[in-house]
Amino acid sequence: MFRVARLIAAKDLRVEMRSRVVTNQVLPFAAITMVMFAFAFNTDSVVNKVAPGLVWLATLFSLLTLVQRSFAIESADGAIDALRGAGVDSAGIFLGKAVALAAQLAVLEVLLLLTAVVLYSAKFRLGGVVLLVTTFVAATCGLALVGTLYGGLAAGVRGRETLLPLLLLPVVAPVLIGATRATEAALGTSGAVVADGWPWVGLLAVFVALFGVGGTLAFGPLIEE
Amino acid sequence: METVVHLSNAVAVLGQFPVLAGVDLTVNRGEIVLLQGPNGAGKTSLLRLCAGLLPIERGEATVLGCDLRTNREGVRNRVGLLSHANGLYADLTVTENVRFWGATVGASAGEIDAAMQRMGLAQRLAKVPVSRLSAGQRRRTALACLVARRAELWLLDEPHAGLDAAGRDELDSTLREATTAGATIIVASHELERAGALASRVVDIVGGLARERAAS
Amino acid sequence: MATTDSQLTDTGDTGDVRRATASTTVAAVPNATGTGTPFTRILGLATIVTLALLIVFGLFISPADVVQGESVRILYIHVGTVWVAYVAFVVTALSSAAFLWKRTTSLTWDRIAGASAEVGVLFMALTLFAGALWGRVAWGKFWVWDARVTTTAFLFITYVGYLAVRGLGGSHQQRGRRSAVVALLAVLEIPLVHFSVKLWRGLHQDASVSDTTHVKLHDQMLFSLFIALIAFTLLYVWLVMHRQRVMAMQDALDDKGLDYALQQRREEGDL
Repeated sequence: MFRVARLIAAKDLRVEMRSRVVTNQVLPFAAITMVMFAFAFNTDSVVNKVAPGLVWLATLFSLLTLVQRSFAIESADGAIDALRGAGVDSAGIFLGKAVALAAQLAVLEVLLLLTAVVLYSAKFRLGGVVLLVTTFVAATCGLALVGTLYGGLAAGVRGRETLLPLLLLPVVAPVLIGATRATEAALGTSGAVVADGWPWVGLLAVFVALFGVGGTLAFGPLIEE
Repeated sequence: METVVHLSNAVAVLGQFPVLAGVDLTVNRGEIVLLQGPNGAGKTSLLRLCAGLLPIERGEATVLGCDLRTNREGVRNRVGLLSHANGLYADLTVTENVRFWGATVGASAGEIDAAMQRMGLAQRLAKVPVSRLSAGQRRRTALACLVARRAELWLLDEPHAGLDAAGRDELDSTLREATTAGATIIVASHELERAGALASRVVDIVGGLARERAAS
Repeated sequence: MATTDSQLTDTGDTGDVRRATASTTVAAVPNATGTGTPFTRILGLATIVTLALLIVFGLFISPADVVQGESVRILYIHVGTVWVAYVAFVVTALSSAAFLWKRTTSLTWDRIAGASAEVGVLFMALTLFAGALWGRVAWGKFWVWDARVTTTAFLFITYVGYLAVRGLGGSHQQRGRRSAVVALLAVLEIPLVHFSVKLWRGLHQDASVSDTTHVKLHDQMLFSLFIALIAFTLLYVWLVMHRQRVMAMQDALDDKGLDYALQQRREEGDL
């Protein structure tokens, strides 16, 4: 299973490096979203306060596009058919695609964080760096896992793509809540202290554990025709 | 003679439509069987059924010893389906594609090289991204992937489409060679002329049913 | 439910590929013109009686609340629908698990899961609606961001998604397996949502609107509440049974449709 996962992850990332769809399309989209937020929220003080939330919101919206792209690259009828047809272990496909998705998400999130620093005057603080990094790692894993899971279900065939947002967004709500609170604690927004953030990281870790196991088991049946 | 494919009154549906209405078919190892019929007759679905992708609704189906009613998944890594789209990753090079598919079954570097050579994918094509290849070259790449995956049963859906006359002849000879190496091949085509030149048997598929064409 | 559904013998959807022929599938559904049986008629009657009792007690006999006045009477409806919504959720999850347990298990479990989800979605919508009304009347706010309300809203959305997945098409077995997996994933998701919202609101110092349970419950109010729970549960069971049977007839019709389509296709093949 892990051998297959490594293979699939390498393949997905290699395709991205060649085609550069994420770098050329999704990242700019995410950056523009951040600008749009500023337009919508108007006052600087408001935007500064909600900066962590905006970063994660933009991440979630971009996640939808990333997931659809991840499954669009599988050629042949029905998106994932070629891999299924080859009898490749579905748990391996799941983990491999999740890893590749996580890598792309990580790049996206770093970009968004930097954009928040630039556009919203978000500030880092040294004491919160460990918390910040841990949060990002945990949240990224969680998002990548559920994104791949529901993405597989919604992939390709006959008008299923519109299903993805409906299924995925409720599921990632805990990640949004947890990651935002933890990021606030790490950055010190709204007077939060670093210590406040760790329970949220715990929540994210539980999320990752549950969907890591659940997703590995559920992915096979979900992509089956 | 080992039976590779055995279908008896096989029924398969797409949605509510019975795309295969009770197919009887037997294929033995080393044969090349040509499925001929108009569009919509069910050729593609028959191939997908044999590949374990389409579930069987009624009747019996056994491929390479696996009962498709209970174990569709088990047959998949021994069968290679080449559909209209080639199953290739357009942004990756020829070598990367063949290597990827070979790696799914743990093929060695030597096997991968051998597969590419058999399909005539010369050194100069090796590093070219698939998106820049001609139709014939892509077809050959896809076949190389099948070889690298050690597929015992090849299911080819309209493999001659988009090839010129020379390309088709080349493909035919490649396929014949493959059977001497132990593969069994089922080809679906809606063109009439290929019969005889390539296949030892022709089966007509019409309205979701199969019927052997008598040898002439 | 097991006894009554045995009257509705399996239409052959057990995964056994040699299906029953068309004639037996239709004959197996009792009362091809309707889904009622003696059991459901008695059940329906009981439901109507208890609902009538509820109206009498809820609207007239039980007292108004000292603080909230007459508006507290929404409690009986609201708690009833919430109860059903969560029962429906649990039933869908359990039925989905039962369906997956051995894949040759009957499609009845899948249909129960689907029927329960449909009824559940309806009652969740009612819960949110009644809750919003009550909140507005009693405390001036339509919505409150606490764990219970938010979780119910999420449950609602998740089940709307589940119903969308059920509608994706494919054979009955495929539909069953795919929906069952999605339902079980929801079992993972809902507690996570609940817990994260709880943690989230727990940090807020501002006094949120008082809980629905902070109503001092008179004896008669408790009794009315009890009647409400029974009435709504009976209603739920009645609805799900009928819906499941309608689905079974639908599936049988699909099978018959397949036989017919097969015949047509063979004729067209002219072989």
